[in-house]
Amino acid sequence: MPVNYMNPLFEVVRDHDKCIKCRVCERQCANEVHKYDAELDRMVSDEMTCVDCQRCVCLCPVNALKIRPNENRFRDNANWNQQIMTEIYKQADSGGVLLSAMGTPKEYPVYWDKILLNASQVTNPPIDPLREPMETKTFLGKKSQAISYDENGKAHYEKTPYLELDVPIMFSAMSFGSISKNAHESLARAATELGTYYNTGEGGLHEDFYKYGKNTICQVASGRFGVFKGYLDAGAAIEIKMGQGAKPGIGGHLPGMKINDEISKTRMIPKGTDAISPAPHHDIYSIEDLRQLVFSLKEATNWEKPVIVKIAAVHNVAAIASGVARSGADIIAIDGFRGGTGAAPTRIRDNVGIPIELALASVDSRLRDEGIRNDVSIVVGGSIRSAADVVKAVALGADACYIATAALLSMGCHLCRSCNTGKCNWGIATQRADLVKRLNPEVASKRLVNLVTAWNHEIKEMMGGMGINSIEALRGNRLMLRGVGLNPKELEILGIQHAGE
Amino acid sequence: MLQREGETRIPAGCAISGFINRSGKRTNGSVIVNSIACMHERSNGLGGGYAGYGIYPEYKDQYALHVFYDSGEARVKAEAFLDRHFDVVNLSRIPVRKNPNITDEPLIWRYFVNPLPTKLQDSQLDERTYVAKCVIKINDKIDGAYVFSSGKNMGVFKAVGYPEDVGDFYRLEEYDGWAWTVHGRYPTNTPGWWGGAHPFSLLDYTIVHNGEISSYDANRRFIEMFGYKCNLLTDTEVITYIIDYLHRRLDMPLEDVAKVIASPFWSELESGKFSPEDTEKYRHFRNVYSSLLITGPFSIILGFNNGLMALNDRLKLRSMVAAEKGDTVYISSEECSIRTMCPDVDKIWSPRGGEPIIVTLDKGAERGNK
Repeated sequence: MPVNYMNPLFEVVRDHDKCIKCRVCERQCANEVHKYDAELDRMVSDEMTCVDCQRCVCLCPVNALKIRPNENRFRDNANWNQQIMTEIYKQADSGGVLLSAMGTPKEYPVYWDKILLNASQVTNPPIDPLREPMETKTFLGKKSQAISYDENGKAHYEKTPYLELDVPIMFSAMSFGSISKNAHESLARAATELGTYYNTGEGGLHEDFYKYGKNTICQVASGRFGVFKGYLDAGAAIEIKMGQGAKPGIGGHLPGMKINDEISKTRMIPKGTDAISPAPHHDIYSIEDLRQLVFSLKEATNWEKPVIVKIAAVHNVAAIASGVARSGADIIAIDGFRGGTGAAPTRIRDNVGIPIELALASVDSRLRDEGIRNDVSIVVGGSIRSAADVVKAVALGADACYIATAALLSMGCHLCRSCNTGKCNWGIATQRADLVKRLNPEVASKRLVNLVTAWNHEIKEMMGGMGINSIEALRGNRLMLRGVGLNPKELEILGIQHAGE
Repeated sequence: MLQREGETRIPAGCAISGFINRSGKRTNGSVIVNSIACMHERSNGLGGGYAGYGIYPEYKDQYALHVFYDSGEARVKAEAFLDRHFDVVNLSRIPVRKNPNITDEPLIWRYFVNPLPTKLQDSQLDERTYVAKCVIKINDKIDGAYVFSSGKNMGVFKAVGYPEDVGDFYRLEEYDGWAWTVHGRYPTNTPGWWGGAHPFSLLDYTIVHNGEISSYDANRRFIEMFGYKCNLLTDTEVITYIIDYLHRRLDMPLEDVAKVIASPFWSELESGKFSPEDTEKYRHFRNVYSSLLITGPFSIILGFNNGLMALNDRLKLRSMVAAEKGDTVYISSEECSIRTMCPDVDKIWSPRGGEPIIVTLDKGAERGNK
């Protein structure tokens, strides 16, 4: 008998006193964990395939289910821990690269949690957002300072393309393919209602969603899937994806089994073929090449749309951003290494890139030192988890934030990190029709709107406390931040003082 | 050890007052001293200062530099710098009167200068930019030297102390100007440095300010991209640089400067209150000059070569009163101080937040020559 090196990661704990054998768990689990055993007349579990997505727990009408970590442990070893050993067994089995989904679960420092905000006391008044205007409207794009006045005192100024956001939050790129059509529709509808933008990712734009174009950012990535004139014209802005926080230096791979009719049509590739995005853009091997692509896209769209260049936060991010700012881009999106992904090699996800907080601080400082901060807006993503993270990001220097994991969570995702399997029980990261239909765009878009609306209320409360009634006065306002438990080097990079100073 | 301005940020409450005569008639400095004396309670003796316009008619074409020196060496260094960059027409110590409440004074010198034509030409700058750069350079690079006034036919006088004592110390009754502003300071720290008193000035721009702006670091980090160095870490300094940038360098009229730094709320812009053309312009301002928006409480009086502008933050979180009598306009933190200067004003009102009062000399009014 072959030896099984793999243990189930989770235990399914079922309270048989409560269980009414309705079999909803069985029907809901695409991983086929639950089964009704007629002989025993009870529900049984195959824990081996459980991913802890919590779908069965959430739908069990009698709360009879719990999923908890398998208590079986290998012998304790601080160096060769359970996960490392399991991964070695997996690779010894398969000979392959380990794949993971969503952001790294490893315990790297989260600088947001080591930064505290200021509030007004005595010398200036806090402002109550319920009584006074509290403004969060944000413009993204180049901010040309030039202005002249004619002899009649009329002002003449150049207007460059921009995005106008009612809230300083946008939905980050997730392709149709990595997520379902219903998930895309939910994001598009929510962005429209919120007065912000969602991002197509590199999978093209489904024909049904052109109507949301004025709230859509159309991404152009290294695979150029779904890119044609009509696509570029459809959106409010174009994003060139140079990198992704979860997998800097790596392309993408949507397996052929996910390329159904609709995805095939949207991506403009044959059905059933693998969609492979190369690691580099094969027309961009240097910064001057990027400049050409920026200008090509601008030319193709009549110079009417801002161009975003999205880069992963890597060691030399400040110098790279400076180059991008001089390449004609209107907006730089920086994606931190804790950002999510539909699938990435585990080693890349867990070991490559730097935290977004440090990347943002050094990019913002660098662009100001070079006097070119005005030429671009900065959007940051890569694990923005709450309104407090948004406020801290803006105070460090961001113009707006991209959220994706938080958006997925609001639609039902439970971060089981199994997107790559294509069997998302929540109907989000899957193309299986029976699963996709579980996500109702009516409900999911409402939940997205609720989330961002709630965050915006919180942003206003925090701004008001600081005596700031307009988000632009918070941008780059690092005096409003203090570090706790950070060393002098970290404080220097973040450009903030320690609490008590 | 307590840190002085430039080493730490010190918030301050204050009193301000000022007046301007449109036809250019000059008024004695003692009037403005009295106006601030009656608001004694709004200061705490840690700073006071004045700006007078039209006070140097005999040198009206030269830049008047007022400089504090901590030591003789600083003066030697600064004067060497001045000699390299300017033709010094006249120099002297600024005459002062001993006052028991004003102590620890630095060396206080005054120079009337013209930029050296060859240096100016080499710099490829216009004259005012050249002078501004030289002033910023002295303040930034020469330790112990601080230029606190650098305009033509105007001057700033400031010190640590109550403003009425500062006026007495500088013998302001010996100067006549067509406009005066004054500041009494209530800092929440004890800096004890004369350079930190207000008004803050660059060229002929002077600012007296009451408030504590919450946008400070956003404004500072933005304006420093354009060659300014915020060495004092005070609101007044950054506001002066913002106005210099918008008004002098971008050549924006003061009405529009006010719409940038105290921009209309979005709700106002969407209400149809402004003409479509203005609405479009103000939307543009909120987009491209967004980092120059000032939030938090402020009331300021800006002095410039041709007039005064008073402005409140857009929520009017600080008191400010204006009044008119004939061709003179008065502005102050409190009505009592206006009544001190002019008991029977024709009109007195409280300007709305974000709506500037701009008063300029009448055409033909000869600055300071009446």
